[in-house]
Amino acid sequence: MSVIRPAKTWPIPARLRLLPRGDRGYLAAAFALSAVIAMPFAALVYLALSGTSTNWSHLARTILPQASLVTLGLMLGVALVTGSIGVITAWLVARFSFPGRRMFSWALVLPLAVPTYIAAYCFVEFLHFAGPVQTAIRGVFGFTTSREYWFPDIRSLPGAVLILSSVLYPYVYLTVRMVFLMQGQKAADVARTLGASQATIFLRILLPLARPAIAVGVMLALMEAVNDIGAVEFLGVRTLTFAVYSTWLNRGDLYGATQIALLMLVMIVLLVSVERFARRKQRFTLGRADRPRPGADRLTGGKAVLAVAACALPILLGFAIPFAVLTDYAFERLDQLADPQLWRALQHTVVLAGITALVTIIAGFLLAYGVRLTGSRRLVLMTRLAVLGYAVPGTVLAIGILIPLAGFDNWVDAHLSAGFDLSTGLLLSGSGFAIVYAGFVRFMAMGHGALESGFAKLSPHLDMAARTLGRAPGSTLVEVLLPLMRPALMTAFLLVFVESSKELSATILLRPFDFETLATFVYAQTSRAAFEDGAVAALMIVLVGMLPVAILNRSILAETARS
Amino acid sequence: MTQSLARHLTTIAIFSATLAPITVAASVVQAADVNIYTSRQPELIQPVLDAFTKETGLSTATIFIDKGLEERVKAEGANSPADLVMTVDIGRLDAAKQAGIVQPVDSATLATNIPANFRDGAKDWFALTARGRVVYASKDRVDVAAIRYKDLADPKWKGRLCTRSGQHQYNIALIAAYIAHYGEDAARDWVKGLRDNLARRPEGGDRDQAKAIFAGECDIALGNTYYVGKMATNEKEPEQKDWAKAIQVIMPTFDNGLTHVNISGVALAKNAPHKENAIKLMEFLSSDDAQKIYAELNYEYPVEPGIATSDLVKSFGALKSDTLALDEIAKHRATASEIVDELNYDGGPQS
Repeated sequence: MSVIRPAKTWPIPARLRLLPRGDRGYLAAAFALSAVIAMPFAALVYLALSGTSTNWSHLARTILPQASLVTLGLMLGVALVTGSIGVITAWLVARFSFPGRRMFSWALVLPLAVPTYIAAYCFVEFLHFAGPVQTAIRGVFGFTTSREYWFPDIRSLPGAVLILSSVLYPYVYLTVRMVFLMQGQKAADVARTLGASQATIFLRILLPLARPAIAVGVMLALMEAVNDIGAVEFLGVRTLTFAVYSTWLNRGDLYGATQIALLMLVMIVLLVSVERFARRKQRFTLGRADRPRPGADRLTGGKAVLAVAACALPILLGFAIPFAVLTDYAFERLDQLADPQLWRALQHTVVLAGITALVTIIAGFLLAYGVRLTGSRRLVLMTRLAVLGYAVPGTVLAIGILIPLAGFDNWVDAHLSAGFDLSTGLLLSGSGFAIVYAGFVRFMAMGHGALESGFAKLSPHLDMAARTLGRAPGSTLVEVLLPLMRPALMTAFLLVFVESSKELSATILLRPFDFETLATFVYAQTSRAAFEDGAVAALMIVLVGMLPVAILNRSILAETARS
Repeated sequence: MTQSLARHLTTIAIFSATLAPITVAASVVQAADVNIYTSRQPELIQPVLDAFTKETGLSTATIFIDKGLEERVKAEGANSPADLVMTVDIGRLDAAKQAGIVQPVDSATLATNIPANFRDGAKDWFALTARGRVVYASKDRVDVAAIRYKDLADPKWKGRLCTRSGQHQYNIALIAAYIAHYGEDAARDWVKGLRDNLARRPEGGDRDQAKAIFAGECDIALGNTYYVGKMATNEKEPEQKDWAKAIQVIMPTFDNGLTHVNISGVALAKNAPHKENAIKLMEFLSSDDAQKIYAELNYEYPVEPGIATSDLVKSFGALKSDTLALDEIAKHRATASEIVDELNYDGGPQS
């Protein structure tokens, strides 16, 4: 019993044809949508190909080998750490009962509300020479300078792995916990009656069962780690993304920079393909989900203490430390709360994140449903490409949006000026539209991922039954699938909302005049080396993210309880 | 249940359909009499813009863009609302020029107020403030009164030097200036010497280097002058005053006895829709009053000679700016960046 097999029911065809052959309207719409998402990539490929001046021999000789190694190290580290934290905490919370389990179950999601760059600043403050930890060490041992004792340097590759992982592990936790709650119970119970130990159940049943979920969560964490510039730059970790920026800004070579960015994209695509290929023969849909009974086994004594520690540590690192550092700074600057600019920034942040999340889930739903409806291989391929926006550094992606949008605006203007003597100026670029567009392309991975896995849990038999009973595809969607998909839609909306409220790099480049979001507000302070002055706004970002995170947790638990 | 869901979806669709134009409209209404794209932080510009509005009645609007400012103006092309481009660092002004997004300004006022070495030969950009790239030295552990940039590579500083990333624009400009003075090979040796003197991997910003000296991690560091002023006056985080107290500023020099300066500056956008107003603002920025406010906001040196600086700025010492043309420095930036990569400067001390 090395791998759990799904219950044998009716064979499920790999490609469904739930749509009459003639009706291709939906498919066309889905393709058009993926074309809209693919446009920035097309612009970037065009940019990359149009440059010939790049000194690739210099890049290959000097920075690329090293930056690739650092990037690989970062990816490996983040994959391992987010994977371990996410899986272990999900296992504990889903399988056992111990003091504080309910509280941990939602608090473990909180670090999602902390942007990576803010986490990096807070950690460095916390662990630096003048921070509370080292001050305490010196106090206890009577040291006066840093040369008298050894202290690990947080500004290093291992430090970056720790910091990024401590705010990115919730992706793994969220996806894996759902599997453990919904699909793992019955199998685990059977194994238990057959005398298997908890360790055996974990390693040989639950872990293999959770593999697709782990892959999805880890992949999101990896994409964010790879596209990050704020945190790695501050931590002095020279990843490929760092090389993208130094090639572009210091050597004035945007083409070479996009070439490196696309190289990174290829790395991610390879990784995704290898993982998918390795589990190509496995199917993970179950005919019927288990009734979740979280916390079935009681832990006591030392084991309970260990479980509490294992759950508390990630929350401490990913949430409590940043929160404490920010609050400390913010208390010195409460007068900023009287600044109407800050409140406008808050309003902009919430409205933008809301619209972006809406647009993203509507589009993600159309794509995921299109795949389910038609089984079109080409559409599957398109959607795989569509979710790659998250792996591109934000500023680079923003350039990919800027160029076609401004091109469109100028084209419209030129034609209307010539034909009707009417100048429209810039319509879409430098507007809220451009920012929403960027967010939508960047965060499609979250939105589509949640919806895809939502659909995957609904057996195709549902559609078949509805269609047999005479429902058209449209009413099948509205009457049968949509109600069942509500929790997944909610999850997708909230995930994209949280991500959008943290978004910085695309917003800052694409925004209109005198338009601040909380993230750009923080950045303006940080970039003049006064991160402290952005603490109030940074705290607001965290708070804006916390509310959806709390709702998110409830909606996911509700989902598992319903099915 | 399903009915209400369908209704919800309809509401959502209508909601988003109405919101989309609103977000689009947000851009159009904001533009003003002079539109500024800036990579200098809004806080450091607004007071002087307010003074301009008060004097002339002309309103201003700004967008703070760090990376990608040139690309945005370029993509917007003929319809770009940008009137002025304001940036820090000589490299960024030069990048704007190279991207073809600026136009020359022929103004007697600017020519009189701004010394020749602080403006582009082709009148494409003008510097407004200057900051020295200087040495922060530990007051307790370093006892030298004068130092040349060259000396920083001397093995006597082994394990005692701290800097931020070699790829940071301020360090790139300094290395580019070194290339302009002594040639590429000498610069390579120099950067190698700096690298071997490093106490730790380059990290953080300039303030963090002062903090590291305070913490005893290193004895000397490279930094911009104004950060010292910011630390010394930081009432909100008084510990930074201690960092500032731990260091003394030494003005390092090239063989000509002058110190490398970087600048913040302004350029007229190629397709500026309000050209006249924009030039008015440029001239205002070069005036005595504006120079004083603008420089003092960030503890910088005004480029216009003869303007009194505050006591705090004076306390850094008199800045004798290098007379090397700034566009000459800009030319060597790409090479400087390649040298930093080649020697793996950011990898830190190699032995």
